[in-house]
Amino acid sequence: MFKKSLFFAVALVSMTGVAEARDQIKIVGSSTVYPFSTVVAEQFGKTTSFKTPVVESTGSGGGLKLFCAGIGVKHPDITNASRRIKKKEVERCEKNGITDIVEVKVGYDGIVVANSKKSEMFKLTRKDLFLALAKDIPAGEGKLQPNPHKTWKDVNSSLPAVKIEVLGPPPTSGTRDAFAELALEGGCKKFKWIKAMKKGDKALGIKKDKKAYKRLCHTVREDGAYIEAGENDNMIISKLEANPKALGIFGYSFLDQNADKVQGSTIGGNAPTFENIADGSYPVSRPLYFYVKKAHIGVIPGIEEYMQEFAAEKTSGPDGYLGDKGLISMGDVERARRKEIVMNLGNLKLN
Amino acid sequence: MTEMTFQMPDLPKGLAKRHKAEKRFRLMALASVLLGLIFLAVLFINVLTSGADAIRQSKVRLDINLQINDFGGSKGPDIQQLKNANYQGIIKRTIYKNFPEVKSRRDKRGLYRLVSSGAAYELREFVLDDPSKIGTSISIWLPASDDVDMIMKGKVSRTASSDVRRLSDQQMEWLEKLEAEGNLETKFNWTLFSSGDSREPELAGVAAAMVGSLYSIIVCLIISFPLGVMAALYLESFAPKNRFTSFIEVNINNLAAVPSIVFGLLGLAVFLNFFELPRSAPLVGGMVLSLMTMPTIIIAGRVAIQGVPPSIKEAALAEGASPVQAVFHHVLPLAMPGVLTGTIIGTARALGETAPLLMIGMVAFVVDVPKSILDPATALPVQVYLWSDMPEKGFAERTSAAILVLLAFVGLMNLTAVLLRKKFEIRW
Repeated sequence: MFKKSLFFAVALVSMTGVAEARDQIKIVGSSTVYPFSTVVAEQFGKTTSFKTPVVESTGSGGGLKLFCAGIGVKHPDITNASRRIKKKEVERCEKNGITDIVEVKVGYDGIVVANSKKSEMFKLTRKDLFLALAKDIPAGEGKLQPNPHKTWKDVNSSLPAVKIEVLGPPPTSGTRDAFAELALEGGCKKFKWIKAMKKGDKALGIKKDKKAYKRLCHTVREDGAYIEAGENDNMIISKLEANPKALGIFGYSFLDQNADKVQGSTIGGNAPTFENIADGSYPVSRPLYFYVKKAHIGVIPGIEEYMQEFAAEKTSGPDGYLGDKGLISMGDVERARRKEIVMNLGNLKLN
Repeated sequence: MTEMTFQMPDLPKGLAKRHKAEKRFRLMALASVLLGLIFLAVLFINVLTSGADAIRQSKVRLDINLQINDFGGSKGPDIQQLKNANYQGIIKRTIYKNFPEVKSRRDKRGLYRLVSSGAAYELREFVLDDPSKIGTSISIWLPASDDVDMIMKGKVSRTASSDVRRLSDQQMEWLEKLEAEGNLETKFNWTLFSSGDSREPELAGVAAAMVGSLYSIIVCLIISFPLGVMAALYLESFAPKNRFTSFIEVNINNLAAVPSIVFGLLGLAVFLNFFELPRSAPLVGGMVLSLMTMPTIIIAGRVAIQGVPPSIKEAALAEGASPVQAVFHHVLPLAMPGVLTGTIIGTARALGETAPLLMIGMVAFVVDVPKSILDPATALPVQVYLWSDMPEKGFAERTSAAILVLLAFVGLMNLTAVLLRKKFEIRW
């Protein structure tokens, strides 16, 4: 039996032939960039003579892992990321022979903290968010206590006396990472002695302890106030509708499309609007990227043209079609720099 | 006799209690069946009501004048000119003509936004299909944008604020004018069944996913059916009963209970990384799914073979048939209805599987309908999963529609199983 099945498997494999040449771009990576990347892929497929690229949603980390696995038709050509590539990942790429990578910044994505329109809009600060959602919060200088806050009023007396209930993505999500980094850490840094931990401060007599700093600022409480609601943002929105007291964390594009059901809280006095995210006054926004394997350009047809389509003004410029999908475009200077990178295929430089 | 009369006084009391227990049990069983049915009905009605809207799509009628100049001027344009003509420009020109009062660039853009960005490609398809129409005027229904569609279907209130509607007051005015003139209607949504995935809800369809599912299932059957049936036959009719075969038996039973994602990981490690088969291909999808269905087929097959009376095989052997002949000529044909039922039920389960496909790259945005088992493809449940996570409201109803298509597929397969059993079943 075993022999037979082995024979069958071998026959099948030899029949189909080992991976042949590919004439279609393969894209993997972030689920946040996926809705934008697919729009461009579709446009690209319709307006050029190239095939429509295949876009997989694997998450930023998963995408970079596949991307860095090697050069050749069986590896993806492009990976999307909702954060910048890490040094470790660049090294992994180099180890597998991928030394030339082009980094293209797509634009920005705001992360919103929203609630149902049936309730009053929240006016939050990053410090409020940190004090409401961190696992441990400061109790005086240099001391910590497990987060005791039960209602938003406990956090900040100007907020309503509503139980803290926040629906958000699980730890595997890039949105969660970005939220922790931008919102929680942003609020955490407001405490001087915590901020001092990052770099060390002799005057305050605080030693440098980056690890402890990160642990303190990025760890989300696990006592039920933060509810992991899965990666599906539509589900978070329908849960907010059912529970008007809860807040939810998701990407700006979902707020944009569901403005009839949910409203974004202001953070530090700035509402999550297209303009505020674009000019940076709304603090919780992150850049989105895609990375291109230079060795595949010229081997797989259409990669350069795809990059140009993505970087074109009609795509990701201020009035581009990605704007309709909720992408926040970059400023003039950044767009000019990107254009140059796409034209000259400039190599990625991590500083 | 005497003993019975001795027990009589006690009996009625016990009997009443037993009757009560019997009644209670029956009621509870009935209640659980009803509860199950209610859950099913709620689920089904929910999906059906939200999916029904996707069957229709708002379309705008445009009377387009296809001028010869649009296609390079000459009377017989070549195919390249037909492909590259400025269809977007033609549509814009036509709409602006209907609304001569719209002058500013900004307003014109707002007006054009009422029509789907895919309208230009549909017009291109139309012209490529029938180039003789060039130089004439045509009346064609083109898809409206998803924001218009949501308003037309009443998913978004017409009186909501412009932020919520995603259409300005002026755009609403144009929309109502088009509607009043009979140039904006909801029509049957063929696109849903004829095209692949798209990021515009009004252009998205399940065709690529359907074909991908079909290819995967065919590959899955080609591999798992013969292997599963042979394994069942061998284990039931030929294998010696020893430690080794009982070890295999235990393993097959365990295999049937392995979470499907594990098979995906196996597929990634073996088929993609070792055999270097293409990613996202239905071939690999089918191979992974066949790993999943094989244990089901073996178990169902063995039960079916056990159900064939041994006298049949013995009679064949007595007539001088070799063991292989006895099994293939007599036992297997009689066991076939049961084997087929098991196979179809196993395959129907595989049809609804997404987790193993995630690992081998079939959870992807695929626009082109796959032409072979090596082309990138998705599957129906994957399409459901992908659409459910899209921000645009139009995808919510399409998600339900895709679920309905998937349910129809699964229902059809189960129906086949029932019919096969009815037709070929032999009661001993």
